[in-house]
Amino acid sequence: MRNAIEVVNVSKFFGKIKAVDNISFTVQEGEIFGFLGPNGAGKTTTMRMLTGLIKPDTGQIRIFGLDIIRSPLKAKQLMGILPEMSNAYIDLSAWDNLMLVGGLYGVPRRVREERGERLLKQFKLFDRRNQLVKGFSKGMKQRLLVCMALIHDPILLLLDEPTSGLDVESTILIRNILRELNEKGVTVFITTHNMEEAGKLCGRVAIVNHGRILVTDTVENVKNKTERFKILEVVFDRVADFTELASLAVNGEFNVFDERVRLVVEDVDAALNRVVDYARNNSIRIISLNTLTPSLEDAFIKLTGS
Amino acid sequence: MNSSSNYYLEQFKRSLLIMKKNVKIYYSKGPVIVFGVLLPMFLFLAYFIGRNISLHEAFPGLLGMTVFFSATSVGPTIIPWESRLKTLERLISTPISLWSMFLGDVLSSFMFGVLISLIPLILGFILGVEFINCFLLFGGVILGVLCFSAFSILLSAYPPTDTPSTIMMLTSLVRFPLIFISGVFTPLSALPGWGVILSSISPLTYFVDLTRASLTGVSYYPLYIDLPVLVFIAALFFIIAVSIHKRSILKRLS
Ligand SMILES: Nc1ncnc2c1ncn2[C@@H]1O[C@H](COP(=O)(O)OP(=O)(O)OP(=O)(O)O)[C@@H](O)[C@H]1O
Ligand SMILES: [Mg+2]
Repeated sequence: MRNAIEVVNVSKFFGKIKAVDNISFTVQEGEIFGFLGPNGAGKTTTMRMLTGLIKPDTGQIRIFGLDIIRSPLKAKQLMGILPEMSNAYIDLSAWDNLMLVGGLYGVPRRVREERGERLLKQFKLFDRRNQLVKGFSKGMKQRLLVCMALIHDPILLLLDEPTSGLDVESTILIRNILRELNEKGVTVFITTHNMEEAGKLCGRVAIVNHGRILVTDTVENVKNKTERFKILEVVFDRVADFTELASLAVNGEFNVFDERVRLVVEDVDAALNRVVDYARNNSIRIISLNTLTPSLEDAFIKLTGS
Repeated sequence: MNSSSNYYLEQFKRSLLIMKKNVKIYYSKGPVIVFGVLLPMFLFLAYFIGRNISLHEAFPGLLGMTVFFSATSVGPTIIPWESRLKTLERLISTPISLWSMFLGDVLSSFMFGVLISLIPLILGFILGVEFINCFLLFGGVILGVLCFSAFSILLSAYPPTDTPSTIMMLTSLVRFPLIFISGVFTPLSALPGWGVILSSISPLTYFVDLTRASLTGVSYYPLYIDLPVLVFIAALFFIIAVSIHKRSILKRLS
């Protein structure tokens, strides 16, 4: 397995702002890798360094072994790119946009016409191919941009928040096509602040905040890392003074909603016994008892502290 | 074919694609038509009407203004439009070298300039302006348009604004003084010494001088100065423009 992306000790300053702070990670060929973080975490800056638009202040970036600074054109040739804030030319038709980009990647005319037709059909834009992009909806524009990223058959896709602001249909369409491509061996690097999206699509994720990587791991492991905390939810048969139970919760994460008590605990066994004791001592009956594992979203919120 | 000539060929093909895109998108933009076609026409009429000069005398000025304004009207708007409409990042993420991208912009400016310059040329022929040396006339137009096209790319290099009208305004601030110091309205031979020195910094001077030579056979500067100076300035403008754009282009990404 080759390394599709290698990032070694990369930092980037904008004036005094440290947008990216000494990050290192590796994406292997065939992975779908998620780069997750809240607004301003440094995702787009990282993406622009990977695509060779901005130079890192320190560190190295290699795309399939090619140094992005020393061989930018060769490296760019391997990548399909969807920048965060980008548009197709609104004064050109969908078809002309696609053919322009195909040409800029050096795809021979016959091949790009054939491929363009296939892609537009796949993304349900073929009927509108000769219409100016001006008249397209946001979802259609974004689908066209994905087509433009795919016209040269890249082996690595770099997508900056590809589905943000899209409706369910477009989101699912794009997600399914990404999965299909990945099954054919295309490596995908995707940034998002949407946990759900990352959970559905990615094998591994890096969670970033303030320019630093907090964890790089599989989605499962990220979940498990926060799994040492469980959410315990108990429903009693009546409202009572539950403050005694607050001491069981870690970090004071203790909530009461009428006769329902919700607390985050570390040792489920000990906590359960205490709850049962409490019920018996106060002659309250337990109606139901649940333990929940935190979702990826909870893990994310915990890790980024937001 | 070795790999470096292959590189230049491949990049040149991309320049042509950029040119094609620019033709489709920018030729019909309002500011391009206003500043590139209408403005030189009105300027000429304002200068010509009510004066006792023949078309023959006025022709170098007419052609000079048309060539200058038309060749500098497409180029400056391209990059601001691209940043405004957020197409720039996508474009520079493709395997295209900056120089070939800007060469594409120069070429589209060039085509526009040549096309619009045909209007006064054809008009001149119809109205019976006599040319002594047509070869020199056309050669001059080609070189002049090329030079001003390169100049137009330089005009948009700084400041890195994303507002086409701002750059059009700044561009006009540069273009008008150049028109007035370039011997467009008055032949160089009729200018005082300081006027000649001042005019020598404007590339338009050499173009107008060439045109006078093709009409009257007499030029102020010898042809072996006029012609190479235009080529040299074109190359110089292009190189400076690309290197300034290289520094400022990332500031255009939001
Ligand atoms: N061109 C720039 N000039 C100055 N500061 C910048 C520039 N680009 C990014 N920054 C700063 O760098 C930090 C990281 O920005 P970046 O755009 O990479 O975040 P992000 O993770 O993509 O956020 P979002 O989710 O909002 O897209 C921010 O503090 C931002 O203000
Ligand atoms: Mg971003």
